[in-house]
Amino acid sequence: MRWADWVEIGRMDELGRMDTPAHRLDARAKAIVTLVFIVVVMSFPRHAVSALTPFLLYPVVLVAAGNIPAQYLLKKVLLAAPFALLIGLFNPFMDRQPVGRVGPWVVTGGWVSFASIMLRFLLTVGAALALLACTGMNRLGAALERLGFPRVFVAQLLFLYRYLFVVSAEAAKMKRSAEVRASGRPLRLRVYGSMIGHLLLRSMDRAERVYRAMVARGFDGEVRVLRPSSFRWSDAAFVVGCVLFFVSARLWNLAEALGRLLTGGAS
Amino acid sequence: MSHHVVEVRDLWYAYPDGTEALKGVSFRVEHGGAVALIGGNGAGKSTLLLHLNGCLTTERGEVRIGDTIVTRETAALARRAVGMVFQDPDDQLFMPTVAEDVAFGPLNAGLPPEQVESRVAAALERVGVTHLRERPPYRLSTGEKRAVAIATVLAMSPDVLVMDEPSSNLDPRARRRLIQHLQSFQHTKIIATHDLELVVEVCRHVFVMDAGRMVAQGPTVEILSDEKLMLAHGLERPHILRHAHPH
Repeated sequence: MRWADWVEIGRMDELGRMDTPAHRLDARAKAIVTLVFIVVVMSFPRHAVSALTPFLLYPVVLVAAGNIPAQYLLKKVLLAAPFALLIGLFNPFMDRQPVGRVGPWVVTGGWVSFASIMLRFLLTVGAALALLACTGMNRLGAALERLGFPRVFVAQLLFLYRYLFVVSAEAAKMKRSAEVRASGRPLRLRVYGSMIGHLLLRSMDRAERVYRAMVARGFDGEVRVLRPSSFRWSDAAFVVGCVLFFVSARLWNLAEALGRLLTGGAS
Repeated sequence: MSHHVVEVRDLWYAYPDGTEALKGVSFRVEHGGAVALIGGNGAGKSTLLLHLNGCLTTERGEVRIGDTIVTRETAALARRAVGMVFQDPDDQLFMPTVAEDVAFGPLNAGLPPEQVESRVAAALERVGVTHLRERPPYRLSTGEKRAVAIATVLAMSPDVLVMDEPSSNLDPRARRRLIQHLQSFQHTKIIATHDLELVVEVCRHVFVMDAGRMVAQGPTVEILSDEKLMLAHGLERPHILRHAHPH
């Protein structure tokens, strides 16, 4: 697996154009549900782990109904994992209060909150990427705008996404041309430093040219799509159903309840 | 605007870093005219083109498209009248599919959906890429990308077509197709290029630029056959004008 394949996000657009039950849902409905999902997941107390597990259902169902290759999506999630790792990294060292035992190991509060952070990360980033994969960035942008998000914010989001392509393409080109001249030796850190500087400058130039081309075709900051979807009863049912599930999973620990149910209330 | 005259008078421009790119350029292109803008790298061709649709605003001098003087305020009007095909099609194509990319301009112009759809279909048909409709632009070959880039501009039905290096990086067949398209367009055309053979086939007039100045203007064959002039400005007399049979 080359690194370019990890960054490659062009496939996201292709996935976004497929026609499946998940894709046919109105983009606004999916955006609302995903936002509620993220807010609810983040609202759990810091040591919550088992109570979070039922929430895995939402991204999994979305991915399955949208016919999205799970492996591809997971790779994208992993790409962002270092950020979550950095946030949670010190918890096990800061909080050494033992909270339980797993076999011979004592589990401290720090480790539990670390697990909670990673699980939340997986859930929220996974859900956001699943939303993107079964909606497409442009439709998502249009949906956010119709939901009343500020136009400037939506335009920023779309540009950020579009320029990801631009930057990753520039980076891939630059790395290739450096490797060709490296005679098979790994590139030194200093070279990478210089490359990143160049990448920034080149991307800025490129961004300016793309923007110019957009303005030349009458872009004024508003995102317009050809076939705006309409909000149907099934979309409303999807929103209500999902939100009800999230709220009940927030109020009651469904995983524990299921465990009790299966073990006949033994625990 | 009934007459799509493009007129530039005493245009000066310096980039923020102080590089003087244009030093008093003047010219006039008549309605329906086809003009080539030639000159070495860094002669100021691209900078000049960027003034024609208000991407760069005039510091000194005047750009007039039809009855409109291009300023910051009238740039939107100029952009509707002047369709610009940029040098690198990768800069121009940014939507997820070819059809959406071609629809981008008409949608921004506020056209109703049915009209957008018919414009898209017509523009794709015009350059023979209807079959690429649903493909993502970044997966196309350079020739296909160029054709789509031209379609994105045609869909806005501009009066004037401005192109920066339209034949660069094209294989002979794609280049030939491009030339045929260019010959068939009725628009007023301004084409900046190093492809002098293309100039002979497509353009009636030639403007020669060097170091930010317009150094010669005249009928294509007359200018391009002037070996002394061509060599003096880093150009050369194209083969097509040397031999009876072009090769």
